[in-house]
Amino acid sequence: MDRFLYLTFDGLSRGAVYAAFALALVLIWRAARIVNFAQGAMAVATAYAGYSVTNATGSYWLGFIVAIVGGLVLGALVERVVMRFVDHSSPLNGVVVALGLVLIIQGVLGMIYGNEFRPAEAPFSRDAFQLGDVALLSRYDLFVFAAVGTVVVLLTLLFTRTSTGLRMRAAAFAPDVSRLLGVPVSGMLTLGWALAAAVGSLAGMLVVPTELGLHPNAMDLLFISAFTAAVVGGLDSPVGAVVGGLIVGLLLTYVSGYLGATVAPMAVLILLVVVLLGRPDGLFSRAKARTA
Amino acid sequence: MTTVTAPEKVTTNRPKRKRLSPLAVVIPAAAVILALTYALPPFRNYQLATVGAYLCVTAGLTVLTGLNGQLSLGHGALMATGAYTLALMQNRFNVLALGILAAVAVTTVVGGVIGLAAARLRGPYLAGLTLAVATVVPSIASTFDTTFNSDQGLTVALEPPPDAITVEQWQAWLCWAGALVTVLVIAYLVRGRFGRDMRAVRDDETAAKLAGIGVARTQVLAFVLSAACAGLAGALFAVLAQSVSPGAFPLTLSLFLVMAVVIGGLGRLSGALIGAVLLVALPEIAHSIAEDAGSQRLEGNLALTFFGVVLVAVMLAAPGGLASLRLKRNKQKGRT
Amino acid sequence: MSALLEVEGLTAGYGAAPVLHDVSLTVDAGQIVAVLGANGAGKTTLLRTLSGQLACEKGRITVDREDLRGVKVERMVRHGIAHVPEGRGVVTELTVDENLRLGGLWRKQKPKLDGIYDLFPALAQRRNHLGHQLSGGERQMLAIGRALVAEPRLLLLDEPSLGLAPKITAQIMALLRDLRDRTGLAVLLVEQNVRSALSVADEGLVLALGRVVTRNDAATLAGDADLRHVYLGF
Ligand SMILES: Nc1ncnc2c1ncn2[C@@H]1O[C@H](COP(=O)(O)OP(=O)(O)OP(=O)(O)O)[C@@H](O)[C@H]1O
Ligand SMILES: [Mg+2]
Repeated sequence: MDRFLYLTFDGLSRGAVYAAFALALVLIWRAARIVNFAQGAMAVATAYAGYSVTNATGSYWLGFIVAIVGGLVLGALVERVVMRFVDHSSPLNGVVVALGLVLIIQGVLGMIYGNEFRPAEAPFSRDAFQLGDVALLSRYDLFVFAAVGTVVVLLTLLFTRTSTGLRMRAAAFAPDVSRLLGVPVSGMLTLGWALAAAVGSLAGMLVVPTELGLHPNAMDLLFISAFTAAVVGGLDSPVGAVVGGLIVGLLLTYVSGYLGATVAPMAVLILLVVVLLGRPDGLFSRAKARTA
Repeated sequence: MTTVTAPEKVTTNRPKRKRLSPLAVVIPAAAVILALTYALPPFRNYQLATVGAYLCVTAGLTVLTGLNGQLSLGHGALMATGAYTLALMQNRFNVLALGILAAVAVTTVVGGVIGLAAARLRGPYLAGLTLAVATVVPSIASTFDTTFNSDQGLTVALEPPPDAITVEQWQAWLCWAGALVTVLVIAYLVRGRFGRDMRAVRDDETAAKLAGIGVARTQVLAFVLSAACAGLAGALFAVLAQSVSPGAFPLTLSLFLVMAVVIGGLGRLSGALIGAVLLVALPEIAHSIAEDAGSQRLEGNLALTFFGVVLVAVMLAAPGGLASLRLKRNKQKGRT
Repeated sequence: MSALLEVEGLTAGYGAAPVLHDVSLTVDAGQIVAVLGANGAGKTTLLRTLSGQLACEKGRITVDREDLRGVKVERMVRHGIAHVPEGRGVVTELTVDENLRLGGLWRKQKPKLDGIYDLFPALAQRRNHLGHQLSGGERQMLAIGRALVAEPRLLLLDEPSLGLAPKITAQIMALLRDLRDRTGLAVLLVEQNVRSALSVADEGLVLALGRVVTRNDAATLAGDADLRHVYLGF
C-alpha cells in the first residue's frame, strides 16, 4: 500500500510532464493539423541550450529561462523557415519533414555536444518527503506540478479570455474567414508553434533531471509517451491531453514499479494500440479526427 | 553503377509502350553484379552487399508508401525481428536457407499484426504507431534477456563460404540474390491486379471501395509484403554483421529508410535502388569527412545531419511534397 | 466628388486563364449596387478580387482614391472593406458572441456589440450558442452582423439570400436600405435573387462571362425583359 501511494505520486509527477508535452502536440495539431514529430528533438535542443547556460553561469533559473525562450524562438523558426513551405494536402508531408528535422537536430546536437549522456542537475531535491514512514513527494515533484499547473492555467486564460487567444482559435478553425476579418492568420500560426515549442521545452527541462540526463535521443521515448497521451485525449482536446498525460504517467510508473522498468515502454505501446483501435477518437474528443 | 537505371523499367506502367519484362532486367543485372563481385576489392564487395540488403527493405517500403500511401516508421523494428529470428535459428540449426526463411516468415506474421492495426489508421496516427513500434521494440531485447542477451545481443553462427571466394564476395552474392528475388516478386506483383488495387486505394479509398476493391485487405497485404521484405533485409544484415544487437536497429534506421524511399522517388523500384545506394554512400562520405577532420563527434552525426537536410530540402523543393515525387511517374504514363 | 470604390479595367482569375475581363465599376458612398449574372459569370470572383483574396492582374482598384492593389486580405478591414463570403463563413466552432467580437478585433478599442444585438434580436438570445447550432438564417445574420461590427465603409455581400426564406431575405434587404440611409454605408450586393436585389439597389450591373454587359438604374433593369431573358436566365 505504501509503495502504491509512492508510485501514485511519482506517476502523477511524471504524468504532469507528459501532460505538458502532450499539450504542446495538441496546440500544434489544433493550429496546423500537423503532429509535430520533431517536438522531442526540439525540446532536447533547448534543454541542451538551457543546461549550457546553467553550467556556464551556475544559475539553474537562467538556464531554465533560456530553454523556454529558446523554445519560443525555435518553434517560430521551424514554422517560418520550414513548415510554412510544406505542402499540406497530404498529412504525410508534414510528418516526413518533421522527421527530417529530427535527424538534423539530433545530428547537430551530437556534433556539438557528443553522444554521451550529460548529467543534468535538478533545481530542487528529488528526495521524497516522509509522511510517517511513507515516502510521498519530493520538492522537485512539487516544482513539476507547479510549473505544469501554471502553464495549463496560463494557456486556458490565453485561449478563453484574451483577444489573441480568440484570434488564434479563429485562425485555426477558419483561416480564410479570419483573414477577411483582419486576423493575421500566418502570424497566429507562428505564435501557435512558438507557444507549443516553449511548452515542449518546459516539459523537456522538467524531464531531463529525472532520466539519465541529456542526450540527443533523450526524448525519443518521451515523445512516444506524450503522443500516446495526446491520442488518449483525442489529439484535439487540451483537457484530454492533460488527463491523457496523467493516465500515461501513472501507467508507466505502476508498470515499472511492479513489473520492471524494461516492460514500461511496451505498456505504452500496448496502450497506444488499444486506444487507437478501440477508441478511435480518444477518450475526450467529440470530432472524428482519426482519418485526418 | 551500371545497374542503377536497370530496374526502373521494371515497374514502368505504360500500357501502350512495349515494356521490358522484369526478368529481362533482373537477369542482366544479376550478371553485372556477379562480374562486379570479382572485380571489386573485399571492402567494396561488402558495401555492394549492404546495398543489396538495403534494397530488399527499400523496395518493399517504396511500394507501401508510394503505391499504397501508408507511411511506416517501424520498418527498422521489422528488420530487427528478421535479424533476431535468423540469429536464433542459426545458433540452433545453422542452416542458412532455413534461417532466412524463418526470418521472413516470422517478420511476415509480425507485419501482418501491425498491418491489421495499420489498415485502420491514417496519416499521423499510423506514423505515430509505427514510430512507437520502432522506439519500443529494441527494449524487448532487454526484457527477455535470457533469449536475446540484452544490449550485447547475439552472435550469429555461420558456415564459412567455399574456399574459392572471399567472405565479402559470398555476402554480396547472398544479399543480391535476396534483393533481385525481392525486386522480381514486387515487380510482378505491382504490375498485376494487386498494384492496380493499391494505387486505387491510395488515390481515393471511397472510390476504391465503390469499385469493389477490398481496401483493408489491400492495405494489410501491402504492409505484409513490405514487412516480409524488411525481414529478409534484417536477416541479411545479421549475416553481414555476423551478430545482432538492439543498437544495430535504432530509431534512426527507421527514419533513414523513410528518407531513402522519399529521396529515391516514391513508388519506383529504381527509387528504392537509389535510396539503398544513398544509405551506404552518404554515411561513407560523412565518414571520410569526419576522418579528415579528425573529429569523433562528426562521425555518424554528420551523416544524420546530411540525411535530415536532404530530406527536408527534397520535401520543400518538390511542390506537392510526396505526391509530386510520385506523380512524375503518372505524368509519364499519360504522355504515351 | 469621386466614388468610394472605383474599379477600372480589372482583369483577374485563378491563375491559368482570367475569369474577369476588363471590369470597370464604381460605387458611391451611400449607394447599393447589385451585381447580377448567371452561375459562373464571375460575381464571386469579383468580390474575392476586391477583398484581396485574388490578385488583380491588370487594372486598378481604389477606395477613397487609395490604391488597393497588393494590399493583403487581412489589411482590408483597415481600409473599410468588409466581405461576407458566399456560404456565410460563420466560424462554427466559436460562439455567436465570439464570432461578433472577431469582427471588431482589428480596432484597439473594445467593439460595441449591443448595436448589433439590437439589429438582430434573434442573435441576442443565442449569444453563447456555437456557430454550428444556428439555423441558416441566423448564420446569415451573424455573418452580416459580424461584418458590421468592423464598421465598414463598403460592404461586399455574396448571395446573402442563399437558402433563406423570402421573409428573412426581405428583412435583410430592408436592413441594408436602412443602413445605407442612416450611415451612408456602400454595398456591393451579389445576388441570384434578382427581384429582391433590384428592389433594394440603386443601380445594378450585369456580368456575363466575366465582362460587364450592362449597367443601369435598378428600376430600368428590373423592367428590361430582354436583359433578364438573355443574361439572367429567367
Ligand atoms: N477556385 C477556383 N479555381 C479555378 N476556377 C474557379 C475557381 N472558382 C471559380 N472558378 C471559375 O471561375 C468562374 C466564375 O466563378 P464565380 O464563382 O466567380 O461565379 P459566380 O458568378 O459567383 O457563380 P455562382 O452564381 O454560381 O456563385 C467559373 O467559371 C468557375 O469555374
Ligand atoms: Mg458565386
